[in-house]
Amino acid sequence: MPMDRGSTRAQGAAPVPPYCDHCGEPAAGGHAACATARELEPPRFCPDCRRRMKVQVVPTGWTATCVEHGTRHG
Amino acid sequence: MPQILDRARARVLDGGAGLDQAEILEILRLPDEDLPELLQLAHDVRMKWCGPEVEVEGIVSLKTGGCPEDCHFCSQSGLFASPVRAVWLDIPSLVKAAEQTAATGASEFCIVAAVRGPDQRLMDQMREGVKAIKEAVDIQVAASLGMLTQEQVDDLVDMGVHRYNHNLETCKSHFPNVVTTHSWEERWSTLTMVRESGMEVCCGGILGMGETIEQRAEFAAQLAELDPHEVPLNFLNPRPGTPFSDRPVVEGKDALRAIAAFRLAMPRTILRYAGGREITLGDLGTREGLLGGINAVIVGNYLTTLGRPATADLELLQDLKMPVKSLSATF
Ligand code: SF4
Ligand SMILES: [Zn+2]
Ligand SMILES: [Zn+2]
Repeated sequence: MPMDRGSTRAQGAAPVPPYCDHCGEPAAGGHAACATARELEPPRFCPDCRRRMKVQVVPTGWTATCVEHGTRHG
Repeated sequence: MPQILDRARARVLDGGAGLDQAEILEILRLPDEDLPELLQLAHDVRMKWCGPEVEVEGIVSLKTGGCPEDCHFCSQSGLFASPVRAVWLDIPSLVKAAEQTAATGASEFCIVAAVRGPDQRLMDQMREGVKAIKEAVDIQVAASLGMLTQEQVDDLVDMGVHRYNHNLETCKSHFPNVVTTHSWEERWSTLTMVRESGMEVCCGGILGMGETIEQRAEFAAQLAELDPHEVPLNFLNPRPGTPFSDRPVVEGKDALRAIAAFRLAMPRTILRYAGGREITLGDLGTREGLLGGINAVIVGNYLTTLGRPATADLELLQDLKMPVKSLSATF
């Protein structure tokens, strides 16, 4: 599941983060609709702690910041 | 051929006058089999009265979220349980966004804030931001900051903002079902002040908010009465946590019919694809709309959601042999 798609973190072997970055619920279980929605939306919840992130969208990208876990880019 | 298309050809294509509300309704009621002919007529009207150029714009949110208003479609209202958090963009990031927008070939950059109307802090940010953009980038600056006072209108003109966006969102009769914290008339009065200031008026709305077909025609006729320089046409993208989160998405064919109808109501306006086209129309529908009356696009991302990559739209325009309107052509 592309939990942190577009983030600057390493992909692949990295463990799946505990929360869905679209709805903020535990990542275990189905989030297919969230993954589809995420194709046209930035993440809203920190996948590590489920805090609502401060998200800034600009024409060519986005940044999403968690006070605890830093900033992700896309 | 349906009679209404004959009449539209004579009046709009040949004469350059828009259809009235009853005629727009007839257009919106045309069956699917007449859609190709309708889109062709709307395209011919656009080519004759606007030309082949497409105006490309980037938009950015200077102040996101936490708005005190209750527009039922909006994820930036602070009154709903939306996941969007309040955030301000700093000036260097604003300038960078303008530079990146200009690099796509866009001639317009619109700065947006989620507010009822600007306070002094926002006006100060605007003054600083517009100045910094104008020093760094060759691009026209537009703004969308909600309802304005006359003094704020004058200030924006003084800053060099050339166009002001303020959407009526929907027709007058449906507006109270969409917004309760301010009135359609309040929006209209800001638009009147903007028009009188000499700034270009940009005013559109969102389709798919529960309005009837009759109300869609009413909206097009009310916009035609306002006669804006630009009309951004959005299709509702239902946002989680908002009162309209469960609304169905507008059918692709209805969206295309509406695009053509708005073009036949306003033959000379800049009719812009704004939000929601990705989910309502997809790639194929985007192309059909550009061949059915649309002559402007927002490239890249929106305020809180993402769009197609700018390159996808620019390649499509190249494919359609529609030149991007250059900055020099806008003066
Ligand atoms: S005024 Fe603008 S930002 Fe505020 S809720 Fe309405 S549409 Fe959203
Ligand atoms: Zn989810
Ligand atoms: Zn976190």
